[in-house]
Amino acid sequence: MAGLRPTASADTVASTADGNVHLEVRALGKSFGATRALDDVSVAVRAGSVHAFVGENGAGKSTLGKIIAGVFPQDQGDLVLRGTTVSFRSPREALVRGIALVAQEVALVPRLTVAENVFLGAEPRRAGFIDRVSLRDRFDRLVADAGFDLDARTVVGRLPLAKQQQVEILRSLARDADLIVLDEPSASLSATEADRLHEIVRGLRTRGRTVILVSHFLAEVLDLSDVVTVLRDGRVVRTNATSDETEGSLVTGMLGRPVSRTYPDKRLPAVDAPIVLAVEGLSGPGVVDASLTLRAGEIVGLAGLIGAGRSELVRAIYGASQATAGGVQVAGAALPGRPGASIEAGVAMIPESRKDDGLILRRPIRENVSLTSLRRFERLGFVRRGSERAEVRDALERVTGSSLLEAPAGSLSGGNQQKLLFARALLIEPGVLLADEPTRGIDVGAKRDIYDVLVRLAGHGMAILLISNEVEEILGLAHRVLVMRAGRLVAELTGADMTEEAIVSAAFGTTITTAA
Amino acid sequence: MSANTVGSEPASAPLSQRLGRIVGRAGILIPFLIAFVILAVISPPFLRFGNLTNILDQQAGIIIVACAGTFVLIAGGIDLSIGAIYGLSGAVALTTASSISPVAGIIAGLAVGLAVGIANGVIVTQFRINPLIGTLAMTFVVSGIAAIVTKGNLVVALDHLDFQSFAATKIMGISSAAWIMIVIAILAAILLSRTTFGRYVYATGGNTQAARLGGVRVNAVRVSTFALSGTAAALAGTLDASRVLSAQASSGQFLTFTVLTGIIVGGTSILGGEGTIGRTVLGCLFVALIANGFNLLGLDPFYQQVTLGVILLLAVGVDAWSRRFE
Repeated sequence: MAGLRPTASADTVASTADGNVHLEVRALGKSFGATRALDDVSVAVRAGSVHAFVGENGAGKSTLGKIIAGVFPQDQGDLVLRGTTVSFRSPREALVRGIALVAQEVALVPRLTVAENVFLGAEPRRAGFIDRVSLRDRFDRLVADAGFDLDARTVVGRLPLAKQQQVEILRSLARDADLIVLDEPSASLSATEADRLHEIVRGLRTRGRTVILVSHFLAEVLDLSDVVTVLRDGRVVRTNATSDETEGSLVTGMLGRPVSRTYPDKRLPAVDAPIVLAVEGLSGPGVVDASLTLRAGEIVGLAGLIGAGRSELVRAIYGASQATAGGVQVAGAALPGRPGASIEAGVAMIPESRKDDGLILRRPIRENVSLTSLRRFERLGFVRRGSERAEVRDALERVTGSSLLEAPAGSLSGGNQQKLLFARALLIEPGVLLADEPTRGIDVGAKRDIYDVLVRLAGHGMAILLISNEVEEILGLAHRVLVMRAGRLVAELTGADMTEEAIVSAAFGTTITTAA
Repeated sequence: MSANTVGSEPASAPLSQRLGRIVGRAGILIPFLIAFVILAVISPPFLRFGNLTNILDQQAGIIIVACAGTFVLIAGGIDLSIGAIYGLSGAVALTTASSISPVAGIIAGLAVGLAVGIANGVIVTQFRINPLIGTLAMTFVVSGIAAIVTKGNLVVALDHLDFQSFAATKIMGISSAAWIMIVIAILAAILLSRTTFGRYVYATGGNTQAARLGGVRVNAVRVSTFALSGTAAALAGTLDASRVLSAQASSGQFLTFTVLTGIIVGGTSILGGEGTIGRTVLGCLFVALIANGFNLLGLDPFYQQVTLGVILLLAVGVDAWSRRFE
């Protein structure tokens, strides 16, 4: 048996052979509660390369990146850094060895300036005081070297996310990091911002830095990386030269089966379907004079740039924020503008951020799903657990095919957490569903599941207002598209006018092609 | 959904992680049992019926306040004014009982606590003042009022034995105060774990924003928890005033500390969203066992304070440690 090695490791061996290995993980294992996040993972990262980790949500790619950066320790296996076995108890220890993490959520001090954030904890000092002159000096050199356009004195909280990310990258460069782990760096960026980030990554490679890129965006991975490791269910499927991969081969590897990137068939609502939601002249925080109607069974896409006011509009309709003018009617009755009242009127919202606005991560799945419809299971103030359990299980099965009830919501992967919010919405049997980026941060397979759920719900007569940052997704699902810009609804597109060009030009405020 | 199966932990999880999860689940029960067994072995008087019922009697007020305080903490708040409410309510109850009637005294005492509790809730929710600061300020206000009501004196009503029967009637060898505590603890446990209100309390503290968007009236929930806490502190103050037939504005000075220690040692998170009544009761009893042990063994009470402080730090530390494994 000694000479027989599993063929799966052949690629790893191959990539180890050429070039010097910067970092190698060997037989890494990690569990979170009952979930096996990583199992026997071995990967070698060549110095000066861009190495991508891809996989579905829950495949373990983020966990792997975070273990490398010292965010949490592995349960089994070794990290070998330039030939030496290392173990990190904190990101700080990893940073000392030259490994920096730029996380999905930026971790900066919003009230400090760019330069202060970059040198936070490593300020040049003179006699115990921060040496401002030398700080500015070092900052200028650093920015010039990285080729960023950042002003040292800007307060970080005022910068857009893309710039804040650059500050984070600068911060790792300021600490002489030579291995930078980018965890979903372009997830919240616009297309132009993402392009800029890609240039930065290439710049890092040119300067001899090693980059580990954890990403959902396969086009980005194919474009940027030299080597790609595909993970599935916590295991390495393969590590391969990126030039040998295509989007299709990566997806097949991630899912273990080929998947069609298509959308479910559109089933347009009947022409005489009743109007279930009517918004009239609604104004509120970030929204100016918005009017729209939704018919039963209709999926209406709400497109626009980040910050155009789409989430704000949905929140104002739902009553999560206070409207200053206008009103909302559901099936002819005015909504009083409180979440509780909206729920009673049959309006459900799936919020943009499931962690901040959606789930109570430490409570069981069952309680998270039943939260908004607890009244239904109430008798004399008591929760009837039997019927709660039965209905929650039923709703879960309709969206996930799973009936796991008592595990904490936080133990699920992002896609499955998102499905909990759908199950919660289903329980209140809403006539109107406001879905704010329901596929954000979700992998390909789970996205398709969500699409199917949306189309099925509309087929049962639910009116759905769908926000998405992906124009393709809106085109694939919506029967009609509304476009927002600067807090206003600026275009309505139907039928043949629903094109990517029309949406994008309306969103940017360039020439709007109006149909006859 | 991924094929996770709950309960079947991979055998390969390291020992420290499995230990962490077990400690996280069992919580205060283990140290409580250890302390109980040690005391039973080294100090024979400990197990006497008289000593044990005495502990229950002395802890009655503390546990009543701690049960309500658990709601406040789980909903993401904290109530520092319980000691002051305890003092004021005791004084008001005793004065009213001696001038009007014992029943009027009990009602007046409880009403004071309910009013201050609602005021705390309004301060925290409507004026958006941090609960730590808001209830700290209320501590001064309420203590001041109590000092005015009592004119700074010890209020005594030693001849009102009818009022004393509220707390000190013996039923099956156990005082009525202890019985009231037992009933309240059971009611609180049911309220927290079985009702929609309890569910909303967890949701409010676990993720306020998510609870609000989910239709929970989070401000109403938080006001209710402060009202519960205030009323419970008033009940404790009234019971203790009834037992000794005297009251003093400053009598609740150390109550706040003792109650919060009991709750936190029991494992209720200071960050909100977590905790149970059973654990709070065990936490309070554990603290009481330590104190009782010091008495029985004749140790210097100053060391007792040091020990309690260390235990509190340990409790918070263990909580943080066991959280790492989730």
